[in-house]
Amino acid sequence: MSNKITPEVVRHIGKLARIELDDQQVEMLGRQLGDILRYVDKLQALNTDGVAPMAHAVEIHNVLADDAPGQSLTADEALANAPARDNDFFMVPKVLGDS
Amino acid sequence: MNNLLKLSALELKNAISRGDTTATEALEAYLHEISVQDGALRAYNEVLVDEARDQARRIDDMRKIGESPGLLAGIPIAIKNNLCTTWGRTTCSSKMLANFRAPYTATAVARIRQAGAVVLGKTNMDEFAMGSSTENSAHGASVNPWDLSRVPGGSSGGSASAVAGSLCSAALGSDTGGSIRQPAALCGIVGLKPTYGRVSRYGLVAYGSSLDQIGPMTRDVADCAAVMNVIAGHDPADATSLDRPVPDYLANLDEPIKGLRIGLPREFLSDALDPEIHRAIENAVEVYRSLGAEVKEVSLPHSRIDSGAGGELSSFAVACYYIVATAEASSNLARYDGVHYGHRTERDAADIIDLYSRSRAEGFGDEVKRRIMLGTYVLSSGYYDAYYLKALKVRRLIKNDFDEAFETCDILLCPTTPSPAFKMNEKTADPLEMYLADIYTISVNLAGVPAISIPVGLSSRNLPIGMQLIGGVFREDVVLRAARMFEKASGICRLTPPPLGRDAE
Repeated sequence: MSNKITPEVVRHIGKLARIELDDQQVEMLGRQLGDILRYVDKLQALNTDGVAPMAHAVEIHNVLADDAPGQSLTADEALANAPARDNDFFMVPKVLGDS
Repeated sequence: MNNLLKLSALELKNAISRGDTTATEALEAYLHEISVQDGALRAYNEVLVDEARDQARRIDDMRKIGESPGLLAGIPIAIKNNLCTTWGRTTCSSKMLANFRAPYTATAVARIRQAGAVVLGKTNMDEFAMGSSTENSAHGASVNPWDLSRVPGGSSGGSASAVAGSLCSAALGSDTGGSIRQPAALCGIVGLKPTYGRVSRYGLVAYGSSLDQIGPMTRDVADCAAVMNVIAGHDPADATSLDRPVPDYLANLDEPIKGLRIGLPREFLSDALDPEIHRAIENAVEVYRSLGAEVKEVSLPHSRIDSGAGGELSSFAVACYYIVATAEASSNLARYDGVHYGHRTERDAADIIDLYSRSRAEGFGDEVKRRIMLGTYVLSSGYYDAYYLKALKVRRLIKNDFDEAFETCDILLCPTTPSPAFKMNEKTADPLEMYLADIYTISVNLAGVPAISIPVGLSSRNLPIGMQLIGGVFREDVVLRAARMFEKASGICRLTPPPLGRDAE
């Protein structure tokens, strides 16, 4: 892979990752991510034709729990760490416009 | 130094059950030591004095009325700060979670408390377990008790520093790419990463979910086995924890394994290795030979380490890990949004996306941002197949190598780290160089197998050197017995750092 990590690419990834970046960080991350990606590019040298991807260390599938009601957090417990709350709700800035 | 601090965890437990001392007396000895030494070592983010005193009193009361208080009764244990506890804060050494109080307790912590352990406090770590030195902690770096100008390793560096510096009797850490074994090696203690699925991850703040495991960090192998007896086992709250019987790891610990077959991965013993570490590993191999072990060379071709023209090391396993782990991290850390819990920006946010982006920019440190960005990139449209899918295939090749090696070997023996403890700030400028501190430990997480690091000696600068013993899936019993064989035969056990900066007492 050729990977040119331009400032535009860094800003795009920052947007996807929801991390605000200033110009200095964009410059630094572009350089560092470029270095790391050049390093991981060595994987392209390995032939992986016909190799099944391995997402997990131990192959277990479909672990099902009994469909029985159990104890869960109360609203107060769940909201105890909320930066802002309104009764039983998390508070966020206005999402929809006035009109 | 109080003599109680010199006992191993099991010795302390026996002294308490004989009535030679009490859980409270032991706890107070450790609290005093922490108050004297932790200013220099900075192993703890938070010492949980009240809760620890309550628990110690409970243990002593139980003993008074003749009740059996459990396998770890009265042992003061430190907990890595990414394990949730309903008391104290669980910060992951991050500004993001500076005031986070977990609504539930991690299963591994609940189990050691159930077994009578006294939780001393939460130990320092690289932020969100991302790092190999604790220098990425928002609280500042911990210090290696062997040399105060050097790092203790990471990410479980606070736990390692606390065990080596006698600021706790044993500790829990977590290991995603070497975060238990590497600091254990650098601080001269024992650290075990169990088989993926052996110990419940419930309540462990997630970093790389297909790689993370909780494990013990202790002064000797027997303590490690004792803690494993308590924390291993199935937990319905963690769907990846496996429902397999747990053997008694202490039962046959002292029985040598007859005809132990040891494989030496030739890829890990190349010329690139520090000569002192190479020699220490060769000496260890001789110890095993003298015990009748059968030693042979094996190959893990996809974990091989190449050195470039400038002496820089490179490894497929490290490359594979930094795709898989960061991809998982970018997803796991998406939960820190400034809405449900954790840091929220105080600047005015125009909309909800702005709120997320500013809160995350302020709450996360540089390395965490770097890994989230890298993980987001390798999962993003157009790059997913080339990076993420490719890495998952290479992961399979790495695991296949281990499967093949374990067809003819009981354990694999190799160094834990490429060098002894490095200096503070030595590797902070170049993220890649820091990643290479885990060059011998990382493929073990990708394969999911268990591995221990035990001390095998000291370098000419009086710094500990660690040896890694890797076992097959669920063969912690073999790993622990093989480790105990070396400890017994070599007499290299419970290394004590020099009394650096220690007040004369």
